[in-house]
Amino acid sequence: MKLIKYAMLFITLTTSSTSFAEEAEDKGLKIAQETKAIDLGWKDSSAVLEMILKNKHGETSTRNMRMKSIEQKGDGDKSLNIFDSPRDVKGTAFLSFSHPVANDEQWLYLPALKRVKRISSRNKSGSFMGSEFSFEDLTSFEVDKYTYKYLRDELVNGENCWVVIQYPIDKYSGYKKRIVWIDQSEHRIRKTDFYDRKDSLLKTLTMSDFHHINKAFWRPQILSMVNHQSGKSTVLNFSHYVLSTGLDEKDFNQNALKRAR
Amino acid sequence: MTKKTQHPTMFCLLAGHFFISLFWLSTVQANELEVRGNFEIQGRFFYEDALTKSQHDQQLSVAAAPEFFWSWNNDNDSLEFVPSARADQYDSERTHFDIREFSWVHVGHDWETRIGIRREFWGVTEFQHLVDIINQSDSVEDVDNEDKLGQPMLNLSLVKVWGIIDIYLLPYFRERTFAGNEGRPGIPFVNTNNVLYESKDKEKHLDLALRWSHTINDLDFALSWFEGTSRDPNLIPSFTNQGLFQLNPYYAQIKQLGIELQASLESSLLKLEVIHNENSQQDYWALQGGFEFSQYGILESNADLGWLVEFAWDERGKDSRSNFQNDLFFGNRLALNDIQSTEVLFGLSYDLDFSSTSVLLEASRRFGDNIKVSLDARFFESKEIQDPLYFFRRDDHIQLTAQYYY
Repeated sequence: MKLIKYAMLFITLTTSSTSFAEEAEDKGLKIAQETKAIDLGWKDSSAVLEMILKNKHGETSTRNMRMKSIEQKGDGDKSLNIFDSPRDVKGTAFLSFSHPVANDEQWLYLPALKRVKRISSRNKSGSFMGSEFSFEDLTSFEVDKYTYKYLRDELVNGENCWVVIQYPIDKYSGYKKRIVWIDQSEHRIRKTDFYDRKDSLLKTLTMSDFHHINKAFWRPQILSMVNHQSGKSTVLNFSHYVLSTGLDEKDFNQNALKRAR
Repeated sequence: MTKKTQHPTMFCLLAGHFFISLFWLSTVQANELEVRGNFEIQGRFFYEDALTKSQHDQQLSVAAAPEFFWSWNNDNDSLEFVPSARADQYDSERTHFDIREFSWVHVGHDWETRIGIRREFWGVTEFQHLVDIINQSDSVEDVDNEDKLGQPMLNLSLVKVWGIIDIYLLPYFRERTFAGNEGRPGIPFVNTNNVLYESKDKEKHLDLALRWSHTINDLDFALSWFEGTSRDPNLIPSFTNQGLFQLNPYYAQIKQLGIELQASLESSLLKLEVIHNENSQQDYWALQGGFEFSQYGILESNADLGWLVEFAWDERGKDSRSNFQNDLFFGNRLALNDIQSTEVLFGLSYDLDFSSTSVLLEASRRFGDNIKVSLDARFFESKEIQDPLYFFRRDDHIQLTAQYYY
């Protein structure tokens, strides 16, 4: 009898902890869905940005580029990045079609050779142009790319945030998990901790200087990524960030990639 | 500048007039004018005795390629002008001038016209570009034939849901450049002053090209058709009036079907290029295929390492003029992804018919914001006279290039 009692107790305990976990997962998913839903309808974006690379000795190097994106209904966004400096890579352009579940499609245009090169879809963990951002850090956020677990509420710079773990579904992601801090007032991602495949803290991304563009969408103008393991960091400074400017599909195909300047 | 590389006067005049009108239009409405480009100084160092006495063990050259770019009409119209020139210490053929680009591009909603002198690359493989046919190789720049001469063209590009269709009219043919008597590496017997054509229209033959390219998820593919003057000359042996041995480039009329396939499969890209060439001598199939496997973030760093393996085959076998009729290729590409964009490329080709080998090493790095330095080394090993590589057997060299970008 005693044994049965213990068994009963064990079952009750496990089911209650399962439902607690389910609750945390549901809440995490719900926050992700809301974050995505609030950010729908920006149509297209274009911005100028400066990328400052800093090595562990504090030496810096600056790269300039332009970034254009177009929203896709029911699919990941399309984006085109064009490099303006350093001068020897000027005109190099990167076209990416991101997808929630299927592999992202990516091409690089090399102006010296007039050549469009396909980038293997597994490069998502690779460094984006020598920076601490990997390709996957720069693709659009899609709900289906992760499973979720809500952790806790936490105050960050006076803003009440939800802290949620995101587990990438793609086995080729460079991360075991990401922990994100999302503010409760506007669903803005304030901070992300990236954990490598061995589950140790790899990088921290901090977003700041949020602008309310077209009085509808919040966009951070400063993205700062610090790599805790290598001591290197990268800062992205956005300027001229505009939304809904009327870009269309023709600005995001291989012909557009070839004429990118 | 040699006579060979000049554009015909009429075309230049017409194109010039056309672009001057465009330029006036652009000055009225221009919203962007951009100038950039690079200067370079290059040294080649050979450490084996040359094949002929006329060739040298060291060779210096300087080159410049400015780029002018205008755009107007909300970037839907643009004009690009890229002249390129090199002055070589010894080789009068390598001292040359070319217009790489001089074209007007107009972008419509789902179409684009590109008119003028341009370069257009087709293909997916790394060690040989079989399908690529629009432009002639500027072989005096480098023996790898990666440098191309500007090609006059009218190109209409249509963007459809089922892919991109390109139609080209190519009204003027560019002869391949070859190193001169004193040039190295080179075939010192090629006489480009006596060029032979199959077509009676010679270089004025109107060539046509068509290409359909498309992407479906992880697969890129293209089908192309070319009808006109072969870019790849047959070198016909003869003797000069003085009784000296020479090779005269002969440009045949061909029809060529091209197939390109590329599949992105996890960490690998599978690549295949196939051509079928129809000509008056011997029709043939040829292919180049293989894979590129990439490792990202090796040794817990930002560095990426690529592994390349390819195979080349030509139906004509040993009789083929091609360097790559039955060859294996192996290569590594290392990108450190550091601030200086340090890159190293290693490549080896082995000819299964002639047991000859060629090795290539290319390393480059940026210094500061504007200077790029490249160190290239090439080694050739060939023992059989029928092997096209045989001409280069004494041309092992190291090449150091410093480029200033502005």
